Amino acid sequence: MKYVQIDPKNLGHEEKLLQPLLRTTPAFYWTILILFILVGWGFYAYSVQVRRGLGVTGLNQPVYWGFYIVDFVFFIGISHAGTLISAILRATQAEWRRPITRSAEAITVLVLLIGGIQPIIDLGRPDRVLNVLRTPNLRSPLLWDVISISAYLTCSSIYLWIPLIPDIAILKQRVPRFRWLYSLLSAGWKGTEEQWRKLGKAISIMMVIIIPIAVSVHTVVSWVFAMTVQPFWHSTIFGPFFVAGAIFSGIAAIIVAMAIIRKVYHLEDYLKPVHFSNLGILLLVMSAIWLYFVIAEHLTSYYGAEPAEMTILWDKLFGRYAPVFWTMVIANFIIPVALLSFRKTRTVPGTVIASISVIIGMWLERYQIVVPTLVNPRLPYPRGLYFPSWVEWSILVGSFSIFILFYVLFTKFFPIISIWEVREGKELGIEETLERLKLYQPEEGELTRPGLPGLHLKKE
Amino acid sequence: MPLWGMIIDLDKCTACRACIIACKVENNIPISSPQTVREHRVINWLEMVLFPEEGREEHPWKVRILPRPCFHCDKPPCIKVCPVFATYKNEEGIVAQIYPRCIGCRYCMNNCPYNVKKFNWFEPHWPETMKQCFNPDVSVRPRGVVEKCTFCHHRLIKAEEMAKAEGRELQDGDYLPACVQACPAGAMYFGDLNDPNSQVYHLSRSPRVFRLLEDMGTEPKVLYLTEEKSE
Repeated sequence: MKYVQIDPKNLGHEEKLLQPLLRTTPAFYWTILILFILVGWGFYAYSVQVRRGLGVTGLNQPVYWGFYIVDFVFFIGISHAGTLISAILRATQAEWRRPITRSAEAITVLVLLIGGIQPIIDLGRPDRVLNVLRTPNLRSPLLWDVISISAYLTCSSIYLWIPLIPDIAILKQRVPRFRWLYSLLSAGWKGTEEQWRKLGKAISIMMVIIIPIAVSVHTVVSWVFAMTVQPFWHSTIFGPFFVAGAIFSGIAAIIVAMAIIRKVYHLEDYLKPVHFSNLGILLLVMSAIWLYFVIAEHLTSYYGAEPAEMTILWDKLFGRYAPVFWTMVIANFIIPVALLSFRKTRTVPGTVIASISVIIGMWLERYQIVVPTLVNPRLPYPRGLYFPSWVEWSILVGSFSIFILFYVLFTKFFPIISIWEVREGKELGIEETLERLKLYQPEEGELTRPGLPGLHLKKE
Repeated sequence: MPLWGMIIDLDKCTACRACIIACKVENNIPISSPQTVREHRVINWLEMVLFPEEGREEHPWKVRILPRPCFHCDKPPCIKVCPVFATYKNEEGIVAQIYPRCIGCRYCMNNCPYNVKKFNWFEPHWPETMKQCFNPDVSVRPRGVVEKCTFCHHRLIKAEEMAKAEGRELQDGDYLPACVQACPAGAMYFGDLNDPNSQVYHLSRSPRVFRLLEDMGTEPKVLYLTEEKSE
């Protein structure tokens, strides 16, 4: 078996990938400080909510769920970035994946922590959250969420860690800080042939396991809504609709993260325009799929013309939620399609603008799934509108900030672009790909087929 | 097993709201301030629901008024979704809420097509003088849990104990929720829908009977008798 030989003392060009861990600029500390303040503000807002009750939010009768559940769905959606994309790209042996996978997988794990905590923030009695383990009702979709999200968190953490092992072994020798942490996480990696073989096998197993789990997670999140009897929630399309939306917002998140990493750590030679362009094409495809689902969902409701559904549909299309709805359509479809369809605009800035637009659009999409249904219940009474309070805004900002904070810290502890995978691509990938390409070509041999009478194509 | 149910005769109902007050006092429901009303956070286990009448373009002021308690559905959608079994249907068909177990996720409220469940957004509040007059049979709910009409279940326990002490079976009329007892127009009836000797058994077979959102398949155990159409 062929495997990469890496000398930790001399990484050659890949030294660049270690620089973020070895050198820290004042800008880093400023970023951390600002993020800390925002996170602290979020914590303060939550402490107010815990002290005074959920009444400090804008929630009311009948809008029982608001920002926290929107954020929950949104963040869990972003988490599909990583693991699913990196697993699919690995499984299809896409060579251009190599500098992307690590940053994508890190997004998954960190954002899952933030997303998973949102329903707990939403609880009226967070002190009793462990009741879901003491007296679990397996019929409740919320419990399915607990199960599938913890499975996803476990598997994606393992899937982040396993491909990190050879890199951690490098860090153990090169980074002066946290030796104990690195030697614990490197799990006795020596780089023998046996270890490389096992590593390859472990990655293959995890990437196969992770794909169905990732799909199930967002399906189950959608079922929290789809299993109820509420108009516009009780929809069979919700599972695939949510999964598609999740992958959509996930790709956008990777592109934005990559662009920032590229700029801040000067990794332009690793994250090249071609990576952005390729992810941009994926984003474009997902944008089209997203529009297809939106049309399928809304047109069937319109044609069926059930009064309870029509009230909500009208409210979304032309009523109080029309600004949200149409902004969402522009942000999720018109802007990305306009930018990504043409090679001229499918540049780094072009894909980044499209991605930011998609992130905003997908958040609005989650908002207009959750809120308009609750505002228009089946019975004409009670009626209430929903205006999020400062507490909810602060927790939203805090949640985003804590995710960015964790991500920034991750890049300081681990190389955000996989050193060994990039090296492997250089040393073995090109050769392997060439051999694979040869396999696809037609065999050039005898053109006769003796077994089939009448099909003798004898050479002249 | 008895199947406890309520029948509300809309022809008799004057919408005086005595039932709401009786319910509030009986069940230690906090008093709402104008602020709570503005915020749409009033807690009432029994409410008056205003339905616009058909043909409301001509007569927008014409409404139908329905007193709405919890319907204690025989197939309650709310109990399925509770992650911690804090809401369940007991063997007498009453849909109950366990306040000390509820985690306040409000999923049951979202899955109730009638929106009858209420949430304690803040610590419940009473004027100082009223704190002397709590009903000792009903627990006061803390902040952050879901609550709802119980058909005055505590009264059932009392009625059963009384019947046992007197050495007899529970009779029709022994167990009445506070709203039914208070109704001055006699528009509300309560009893065992399975007992052929009870008043509600006969009323439930009236051709005037309808149930709210009957096609949802929730099988509500609060039945309405329609009013005569007045032109």
